Amino acid sequence: MIHFVLLISRQGKVRLTKWYSPYSQKERTKVIRELGGVILNRGPKLCNFVDWRGFKVVYKRYASLYFCMCIDQDDNELEVLEIIHHFVEILDRYFGSVCELDLIFNFHKAYYILDELLLAGELQESSKKTVARLIAAQDSLVETAKEQASSISNIIAQATK
Amino acid sequence: MSGPSLMDSLFQRTLEDLIKGLRQQLIGEQAFISKALEEIRKEIKSTDLSTKSTALLKLCYLSNLHFHDMSFAAFHALEVLSSPRFSHKKIAYHAISLSFHDSTPVLLLITNHLRKDLTSTNEFEVSLSLQCLSRIANVDLARDLTPEVFTLLSSNKLYVRKRAVAVVLRVFEKYPDSVRVCFKRLVENLENYDPQILSAVVGVFSELACKDPRSYLPLAPEFYKILVDSKSNWISIKVLKIFAKLAPLEPRLANRVVEPICDLMRKTGAKSLLFECVRTVVTSFSEYESAVRLAVEKIREFLVDEDPNLKYLGLHALSIVASKHLWVVSENKEVVIKSLSDPDPNIKIESLRLVMAMVSEHNVAEISKVLVNYALKSDPLFCNEILGSILSTCSRNVYEIIVDFDWYVSLLGEMSRIPHCQMGEEIENQFIDIGLRVKDVRPELVRVARDLLIDPALLGNSFLHRVLSAAAWVSGEYVEFSRNPLEFMEALLQPRTSLLPPSIMAIYIQSAFKVLVFCLHTCFVRGGSTAGVSASASYESFDDLSVENGADSTVAHGQTCTSAPITNESIVNLLKLVELALSPLLGSHDVEVQERARNLLGFVDLIKLEALNSSGQEENDSERKGVEATKIIRLVHDAFSKELGPVSLTAQGKVPVPDGLTLNENLGDLETICGDIELPSSNTFSFGYPSEEKDVSSFSNLQIKEDSGQSNESTSLLAEHRKRHGLYYLPSGKSEVISNDYPPANDPALQGDNNDNASDLVKLTAESLVPKRKPNHSKPRPVVVKLDEVDEKPVAVKQLESRDDSLSGAVRDILFGSEDILPTSSRSNLPNSNRKGKKKQHMITQVESKENVVDDGNSSSRRRKDHSHGKERRHRKKNAEERNETDRKEKESSSNHPRRHKSRQRAEEPLKVPPQTSVIPDFLL
Repeated sequence: MIHFVLLISRQGKVRLTKWYSPYSQKERTKVIRELGGVILNRGPKLCNFVDWRGFKVVYKRYASLYFCMCIDQDDNELEVLEIIHHFVEILDRYFGSVCELDLIFNFHKAYYILDELLLAGELQESSKKTVARLIAAQDSLVETAKEQASSISNIIAQATK
Repeated sequence: MSGPSLMDSLFQRTLEDLIKGLRQQLIGEQAFISKALEEIRKEIKSTDLSTKSTALLKLCYLSNLHFHDMSFAAFHALEVLSSPRFSHKKIAYHAISLSFHDSTPVLLLITNHLRKDLTSTNEFEVSLSLQCLSRIANVDLARDLTPEVFTLLSSNKLYVRKRAVAVVLRVFEKYPDSVRVCFKRLVENLENYDPQILSAVVGVFSELACKDPRSYLPLAPEFYKILVDSKSNWISIKVLKIFAKLAPLEPRLANRVVEPICDLMRKTGAKSLLFECVRTVVTSFSEYESAVRLAVEKIREFLVDEDPNLKYLGLHALSIVASKHLWVVSENKEVVIKSLSDPDPNIKIESLRLVMAMVSEHNVAEISKVLVNYALKSDPLFCNEILGSILSTCSRNVYEIIVDFDWYVSLLGEMSRIPHCQMGEEIENQFIDIGLRVKDVRPELVRVARDLLIDPALLGNSFLHRVLSAAAWVSGEYVEFSRNPLEFMEALLQPRTSLLPPSIMAIYIQSAFKVLVFCLHTCFVRGGSTAGVSASASYESFDDLSVENGADSTVAHGQTCTSAPITNESIVNLLKLVELALSPLLGSHDVEVQERARNLLGFVDLIKLEALNSSGQEENDSERKGVEATKIIRLVHDAFSKELGPVSLTAQGKVPVPDGLTLNENLGDLETICGDIELPSSNTFSFGYPSEEKDVSSFSNLQIKEDSGQSNESTSLLAEHRKRHGLYYLPSGKSEVISNDYPPANDPALQGDNNDNASDLVKLTAESLVPKRKPNHSKPRPVVVKLDEVDEKPVAVKQLESRDDSLSGAVRDILFGSEDILPTSSRSNLPNSNRKGKKKQHMITQVESKENVVDDGNSSSRRRKDHSHGKERRHRKKNAEERNETDRKEKESSSNHPRRHKSRQRAEEPLKVPPQTSVIPDFLL
């Protein structure tokens, strides 16, 4: 299974973290510091796998972002690379040629997409189309709710409650 | 109250504002964040859920990416969770799965929220709460929500169902009893045609099978079907993982599965699936020659690929093969060696492992030479990786592969001189270990030690200090093999030794003491003639030294002129040197150093007078006058000349009780004295003593028997306590106690301990010289002293039962409890009603609460049965050829397994078949 997902920028800034195994806040920072050091220092033409504390970390760089996933020793590394690529493609489709800024300003959306893709550390949905449809459906749910909430009459109604 | 709330919601900073503000960094990141946190703390208390949820979202952001604690908001997150709006819920669930953990106090309050959302009609809400459950589930949550998850497992919304399947794994982990409820439905989902659901189920099973594969053997037919039919690579990979775990347990299954896997390997274009096939074959199907050959072919393709990933994985797969088929590695030797200089450190390490796997006693010298050369050239990290693996490979199994120890010892010396070497500790251990174990290598060892000691440059390298301490110890212990002991004295006392840490300094001084005693002994006691064998061989380097170290030059010159034999004059100089070098150390702040220096100087004081006197006189005089001194020297020399040998870990238990010593008597007294607080049970004494001590032990038995009658109970209590807290007891009696209770099957040596301790002891004292193998080299392999138990520590007996955690226990209950009847009975054409009844009973016992559960179970089992019949039929029809083969196999296997055959005959009667034999339904044979 996947133990956690990290997105780290080339400057070492964390853009997204998702933990499927229990890690305390302290451990999380430690993990990120450690892995950031290892992964960011690796040259461009090396393999995408790092042995780390008995686990394997599979990472891939897309533009300025490193996508890292930590898996068990006997999980399939190439499969995870495909999952990463899958995730990136979905992001790309959703944001329309995604860039780091998109992820910075829509950090929660990136999470929601990831949640559709992975559940409990396993791949949930392997179809890009389906993920896009699901996300769109939920977005529309959220939007309608927001519209209701932000309509002036609603605010006034609340204020005069 | 309404005023501020309105203001809050109108002018609240949104997440976007927060992020923008952070990026602009007008007032510095930390300051901005703490200001934002302050705002959030205020806003999150608002009664308006929109304001609250926005605050929560901002907090999530800060917690997630800037690692600020958000545990204070746990309750607020729950409040937002109760909002009817989807957007709020989403934020709340996100916050909860981010921040909650097992010890979050409000965890108890979430159960009802989750339950409500799990039963919601909005599939997205269900999905959110499932997701949250998968992350935060603890025992209570898992237990309380099992019924809801169970219902969702057969939801007709595929989206919900596949998520429930994935979450069920976590529920099982936390609350194994849920297996009884949910397992059947999970298994039913294996037959679903939707690839997404199938993928989720197979994923769950592959995780479960990792932990305890045996429990899932009965499901092999389902997995087999998926393997053959699957169109999706994701699913195939997971199924392969399951088979990799199952195949080693059941050879018939392996027989059946190996062909489809090879097919898959030939057909597939996806590298990930291909690699999974390769890995499955090399890990679990290594007996199938043709499959392995095919896998190796694919591995070779990986190895020569441009992509570093494939190369790495190819090497990785090779290292898995290496344990069983070494020929594969030697076949690909060139690639492996080439990869040693790959730019990628991971590839380098992997290939290093492979190279080490190829090492045998024939090529160890060459390979080590190549590797040491690589180490010289490579970066410090990899250099030490290389050295470490050379050291561990060569020392494996008490230097099993080393034939030429002279070579190995000089290799050790060479390795410690490599600039980046940080393996000092390991080299130190091996130096000493080899010195103790291998007698024949000692002269060479001393030579290597000398080379290390006399090089003043090495003293500056702190990584080498451990090596030097070993060298110093060797020089003191085996000084009799040295060509020129005086040289050692100078080396040990050279001024740069002040760079050493005190503990090693102390070893230096102690070794100097030993060497000095040796010199004096050869000079005075043995007459000085035999001692100076010849220093000419080490003449030149020695000369260099004397030039370098001006302080010692007087002595050195004296030595060079006389060129070896230890004369009175040289002794006098030696004593002077010792005084010169050590007197400053008398003031050392380290106790150990100070004390040893004082010892040595005291000894020198004793000797000096005599030596000085004798130096002025004739030889005969000195003999007479130095009588006292010689006596001292002889005494000390004798003390040092006792040879040290390796000591077994369990040696203490083997020390025989001396004749006059009656240990038990006192303890017997003690027993009467301290009434109920009793000492070791009588068992401890009556067993495990060598036969010579029989009279003693029987005597003690008598003694104890007198008392044991009254205090039997407390004895057993004590034994219990000792078993549990063995740490606090003396080890002597422990092995006996343990072996009485659980005999360690794996360790005949230890068992032997009980019976013929005495013969063991004899062996020990004779230094049990066991040559491992007939050496067929020109130079015979020196004897390596081995102690029987030293190297194989008693292995804890593997208890299968103990691995049976509650989860797999529950699974097994389900699968063996019902399924081992199910497949056999479905084949034995039992009346349907009978079967159903059995089923019902089963379900009722397991699911007490829900009636619909029972109904479901019934209908599903019916469906399932039909299906399996259909499947069978299809399978039969497939084609004649295969059937023939199947039949043949069936015959074969039935002849191989008469028990099984019988069991099928008997299956007519509803007899309980031993689970092991009916694990694989006939379908597979």
